[in-house]
Amino acid sequence: MATKILTEHINVPGIETFDVYRKQGGYTAVEKAIKTMTPEAIVEEVKKAGVRGRGGAGFPMGMKWSFLAKPEGVPRYLVCNADESEPGTFKDHYLMKNIPHLLIEGMIISSFALGANKSFIYVRGELMYVIHILEKAIAEATAKGFLGKNILGSGYDLELVVQPGGGAYICGEETALLESLEGKRGNPRNKPPFPAVKGLYQSPTVVNNVESIATTAWIINNGGDAYAGVGIGRSTGTKLISASGHINKPGVYEIELGVPVEDFIYADEWCGGIRPGHKFKALVAGGSSVPILPANLALTLANGEKRLMSYESLSDGGFATGTMLGSGGFIVFDETSCIVRNTWNFSRFYHHESCGQCSPCREGTGWMEKVLHRIEHGHGHQQDIDLLVDVAKKIEGNTICPLGDAAAWPVASAIRHFRDEFQWHIDNPAEATQPGAVYRGDMALV
Amino acid sequence: MTTETNNTVTFTPERLTKAQEIIARYPEGKQKSALLPLLHLLQEQEGWTSPEGMDCVARMLDIQPIEVYEVASFYTMYHLNPVGKHVIEYCRTGPCCLMGGEEVYAHLKQRLGIDTGQTTVDGQFTLKEVECLAACGMGPVFQIREKYYMHLTNERVDEIIDELSK
Repeated sequence: MATKILTEHINVPGIETFDVYRKQGGYTAVEKAIKTMTPEAIVEEVKKAGVRGRGGAGFPMGMKWSFLAKPEGVPRYLVCNADESEPGTFKDHYLMKNIPHLLIEGMIISSFALGANKSFIYVRGELMYVIHILEKAIAEATAKGFLGKNILGSGYDLELVVQPGGGAYICGEETALLESLEGKRGNPRNKPPFPAVKGLYQSPTVVNNVESIATTAWIINNGGDAYAGVGIGRSTGTKLISASGHINKPGVYEIELGVPVEDFIYADEWCGGIRPGHKFKALVAGGSSVPILPANLALTLANGEKRLMSYESLSDGGFATGTMLGSGGFIVFDETSCIVRNTWNFSRFYHHESCGQCSPCREGTGWMEKVLHRIEHGHGHQQDIDLLVDVAKKIEGNTICPLGDAAAWPVASAIRHFRDEFQWHIDNPAEATQPGAVYRGDMALV
Repeated sequence: MTTETNNTVTFTPERLTKAQEIIARYPEGKQKSALLPLLHLLQEQEGWTSPEGMDCVARMLDIQPIEVYEVASFYTMYHLNPVGKHVIEYCRTGPCCLMGGEEVYAHLKQRLGIDTGQTTVDGQFTLKEVECLAACGMGPVFQIREKYYMHLTNERVDEIIDELSK
């Protein structure tokens, strides 16, 4: 039986309430952490666990915690990033809606470890109903003495605030999130200084994803070594994968890192295969920002070995033949999907969501959307494919935050692996613009 | 219910209490953090973030009105113009499109007789396109206020519109 670190009890009726969650062993990790452990010991366990940031960047959480500056007399903050907006990703939504106390428990443990007395959960504003669920859970936990003043008689105080966003993908970037939390436009900040030194209100701040924070309860109960024993290599633990697209069973699945991509797509336990009568064409493995792969490269590495669901295996081969685990937004495309149309769709997303602060991103995302729009709509020019590659290159690495890279990669990778499909649109505009028309040329379907 | 006199907007007593609770939860001197939540509260009351309402929020937070306008115009959830009774926010992003989102959207537009950004003549529905709503496995999806409507089909859309039109 596969280890379930986050979702073991998620289907227990009433698990969203304090009493049921408590009956399933909830809040024992808070008791253990606050009554028997020092903050340093907690940080040490999280470091040993090797859990990596689940929002997409994959940076080791324990190391991020250890960077937190601790000047005397200055408050420190923990901010949970629940601004889940990466296309293809809906795991934090699922977790917070169904088992809110797991996040609250993780917030208490993490805040105690970091020495924060006021912590924030920044939830995208569209999820207002989830905000109400979290606020109810916080009220319950406060009434039971797990939040507020003098938690469990320890002398430790913690207040949790749930903050709604206003609808902006960019606020998932941690410094934009902090700006937004201060009541401003979500323009990312230049780094350094990093939030660990000057974050919220210019105070030392840690920003962690929902799923990352939620792991801490299990880590405290079972130990960092036990967590590190799950998974594969440096990809420790489990990951929530949001599976969507042309599969039989879309949904959120908790997997032990290291499962073969092929098993994840075809096994009944997970996606249950490509929808009947269709073939597997392409995969976006980690949210819209990561490079798209054709089916054969999604399933196997360049050396012929099976590709695994892990940070290392998914990025094996670099961008030439690999991709990234990212946020775990797993989007499956069958042969009816038009890669050009999807790339245009994603480009429109990044153009819409660019904050406008850096010229390469503000202008470049607009150019890419326009050029892709004209190719898709039968007005492409011969030089457009090279133009797109050129614009993508000029955005990548030239912006304050990673949104520029996130906009460039889907375009560059789609052309890298599906160039013939773009060329077909330019050469055959009348055919390509028929409703439902899809390139049926030479390509490896599985 | 609005309490409008001489073009000024004030919160209802219940919302005023709620607003004061929100403002109090940030550290001393950091009350501007309440701006986004207060704009949501304003929109919940007025249906949109009217200039008069934004001026009211500015006064409550003791900040310049421009600080409110520049924030309200940055985020997509705030309606800067009056809208219909039901604002349909339809996801147009890739994963929903893979599940037939574009075809269902065409049907929805035809059913309402309006295009994106427009409001029906009876003032019942406003149609907006939005980016990913974090429900990709349940697409196509749209949202009306706090409620998510998922696994949309043409038939389901008709049912929802019929229900809301009653």
